[in-house]
Amino acid sequence: MSPALPRSVHPVAWWGWALGLAVAVSAVTNPFLLLAALGVAALVVTSRRGSSPWARSFRLYLWLGVFIVLVRTVLHVLVGLKTGDTVVLPLPEVTLPSWAAGIDVLGDVRLEGLLRAVTDGLRLAVMIACIGAANALANPKRLLRSLPGALSEIGSAVVVTITVAPQLADSVQRVMRARALRGDTARGIRALPRIALPVLEDTLDRSLMLASAMDSRGYGRRRVVTPGARALTSVCTLGGLLASAIGIYGILDSSTPGWLGAPALLTGAALSLAGIWLGGRANARSTYRPDPWRAAEWLAVGSGVAAAVAVRVVLRADAASLGMPLDPLSVPALPLVAVTGLLVAALPAFLTPPPPPPATRGTTTRTAPIPVVAT
Amino acid sequence: MSTPVVQLDRVSVTFDGAPGPTLRDVSLRIDEGELVLVVGRTGSGKSTLLGTITGHVPHFTGGTLAGHVRLLGRDTREHRPRDLADLVGVVGQDPLAGFVTDTVEEELAYGMEQLGLGAATMRKRVEETLDVLGIADLRGAALRELSGGQQQRVAIGSVLTAHPRVIVLDEPTSALDPTGAEDVLATITRLVHDLAVTVVVAEHRIERVLQYADTVVHVGTDGVVTQGDPATAMVTADVAPPVVELGRWAGWSPLPLSVRDARRRATAWRSLAPRHPDRIPTDGPTLVEARDVVITHGPVVAVAGVDLTLRGGEVTALMGRNGAGKSSLLWGLQGSGDLRSGSVRVHATDGPRDGVDVHRLDAAQRRRHVGLVPQSAADLLYLDSVGAECVQADRESGREAGTCRGLLDGLAPGVPDDRHPRDLSEGQRLAVVLAVQLTADPPVLLLDEPTRGLDYAGKAALRRSLHDLTARGRSVVVSTHDVEFVAETADRVVVLAAGEVVADGPTREVVVSSPAFAPQVAKITAPQPWLTVDDVRYAVGAPS
Repeated sequence: MSPALPRSVHPVAWWGWALGLAVAVSAVTNPFLLLAALGVAALVVTSRRGSSPWARSFRLYLWLGVFIVLVRTVLHVLVGLKTGDTVVLPLPEVTLPSWAAGIDVLGDVRLEGLLRAVTDGLRLAVMIACIGAANALANPKRLLRSLPGALSEIGSAVVVTITVAPQLADSVQRVMRARALRGDTARGIRALPRIALPVLEDTLDRSLMLASAMDSRGYGRRRVVTPGARALTSVCTLGGLLASAIGIYGILDSSTPGWLGAPALLTGAALSLAGIWLGGRANARSTYRPDPWRAAEWLAVGSGVAAAVAVRVVLRADAASLGMPLDPLSVPALPLVAVTGLLVAALPAFLTPPPPPPATRGTTTRTAPIPVVAT
Repeated sequence: MSTPVVQLDRVSVTFDGAPGPTLRDVSLRIDEGELVLVVGRTGSGKSTLLGTITGHVPHFTGGTLAGHVRLLGRDTREHRPRDLADLVGVVGQDPLAGFVTDTVEEELAYGMEQLGLGAATMRKRVEETLDVLGIADLRGAALRELSGGQQQRVAIGSVLTAHPRVIVLDEPTSALDPTGAEDVLATITRLVHDLAVTVVVAEHRIERVLQYADTVVHVGTDGVVTQGDPATAMVTADVAPPVVELGRWAGWSPLPLSVRDARRRATAWRSLAPRHPDRIPTDGPTLVEARDVVITHGPVVAVAGVDLTLRGGEVTALMGRNGAGKSSLLWGLQGSGDLRSGSVRVHATDGPRDGVDVHRLDAAQRRRHVGLVPQSAADLLYLDSVGAECVQADRESGREAGTCRGLLDGLAPGVPDDRHPRDLSEGQRLAVVLAVQLTADPPVLLLDEPTRGLDYAGKAALRRSLHDLTARGRSVVVSTHDVEFVAETADRVVVLAAGEVVADGPTREVVVSSPAFAPQVAKITAPQPWLTVDDVRYAVGAPS
């Protein structure tokens, strides 16, 4: 098979893959499996991320994970329940007054309890890394573009908000510089109205100009919809909402009859989806160069699901092998099925098409002029 | 006769709270493939007229519209701007403000997506448009990183992909340097010639577009609109570029509209003795001495080793491409912008002999030495009335009450005290900012692109104010793209390119020979060293 041509994989596929991996990890505290999952996520991110700014965000999620593990450990040392026999760090225990009984502040840190805290923290950290991987692999703007028709205008609004933020920073900077020209370098609360007012005016102006530009380019255009179709859409969305509410109530309250639970929720979801689909038909909008959904997308989603299924299978057969054996303390097991499942999730790193190369500007500014040699 | 593309039928527009209608009983007819130039004084209702064609007036702006506006039979009464998106494309003054997406290709496709065109059609049209506009190499580029001229061409392209029958442009070149403006105008004429698109364009710098126009629509300050053949309409228009002014004075009929036309008429003048009014050589005291100024913004070198001496009694024009380092240099000269190396010393009569380094002063002292009016002048105003701004200016400059108001009355008489700065015209707002900065009485005044949005009368008023300052021994630096304003105003021109000074000398010597910076009169009468209509009047005497 010849290697696939570079293209960006559908963002929804990456999210499916990442959620599958996260679901797999959620039942695991075995550090071998957790580190394997983290390795898989890191491998796929480094080999398939694009050139956009958010593609570099994976590192931030890793730091967040490190932070979570540290916080979990520190909390354990401070107030955690210290179980086990092996004392690693002898600390005096602070006796609290009777109204706070049950909370141990400090006290001897024991290996078993510490390991439990660390593996718990690690599990959360790896799940967050999975979400981070999805964020780094899937361009959020492209994700918004693949929203269904009825929601596409909300997607546009979000994109515009993201775009406007740097402009706001620009205008704050400009106004600060302008103030210095009037000899006004006051800072703090007194300076606020003098900065806020021009910036607010500027932002409002820009928003109005943008709104007017979007309006004249057809934003919010509607196809002609018959009153019947419009009524049907309303019935579907409202009915779906109502049925979903009843369904959730039914599931949460065990005293209600069974048919009020899952069946009602499913009906509600189906009605809502139908409403969104019908509403989308009124919207004339189409998508330029939509991301295709081909074999690579199925492969990405499938490998994520495979990891989740493999771990679930192990959970039924041999749940203990997924945990950190603390009582008695021993080396964690290496369940073959779960490891294989996680390794399958690494396949997108090799079998999906590579990301397209970064866009280059045709003309570059401020390069030195090429010297012309006289002949 | 075929259906007109745009038809206005007895249209009047009145905005709430306005004393009278902005447009009065307008009837217009625009046919397919015409290039219509809309001219008029600032605030005369040009934008309102364009707004009625696009449906923004009154759907977006409010106000009351009487009469009918029809686009190929579709009445804007029943159709909102979004329903006209397949017929009319709108391009504004600031392209960046209208961009919805962030790369060139997505922006070109955005309008088509809203119209719900098929994927194959969209793909094809994006490629065609990239080629028509000559921006194929920019397809993946981020919009914010493009130059002004490129952004404006993308903005035109983004409406062009929807294949509109009419494109309406409101001052498309006012923020561009002469080269960027040429590119955009070339694009516009190409649309008219090759694609039979009807183009309606409003422009302050009429000289740039007039020669291409098929029809001129003149909007009077009283809201009366007249439509006519360019040569006829310009005879009486209350705004006139130099070529028209020259033609009117010389009594040429029909009026020449392009440099080429006028040059053929002016053959006799070329053999006259090259007399011109001597500008009094400036030998005022040195006020500012900049030595080897280097300014960087991150990795970008904005100003690369500039030496500049500013003398009293002199208007210096700073010219050059967008991004040549003009603004950076002005901020560096004022002292608010940081220098990487070099020094800027200001000499005051009662100060130390070798001057004061502006970068060591605090902001309040600095503005007493060098005043700066930035590009977006309105940033300086943050109070809710002109009167309050003036009082605040007196206080922050330590002057007696009424100084600023007095200056303002000298610059632009009759600006009411209780008016909000945002409700002023461009010219009045500039006058308020100028008065605020002059309240500190700095010996040196720097202005960054002050002529943007000013019509010919507004520019003349600014010119008089600047000459008043130099007559009192002050030094003025104006950074601008406006060659006509430079020709009439500046004593000296400094041209920057890539952060370096490439030309520095008296206006006449620098601009006459330059293809990019020569004013119209110089092009018409070359090889005569005349820059303005006044120069010609002086040299020729009476028209033959």
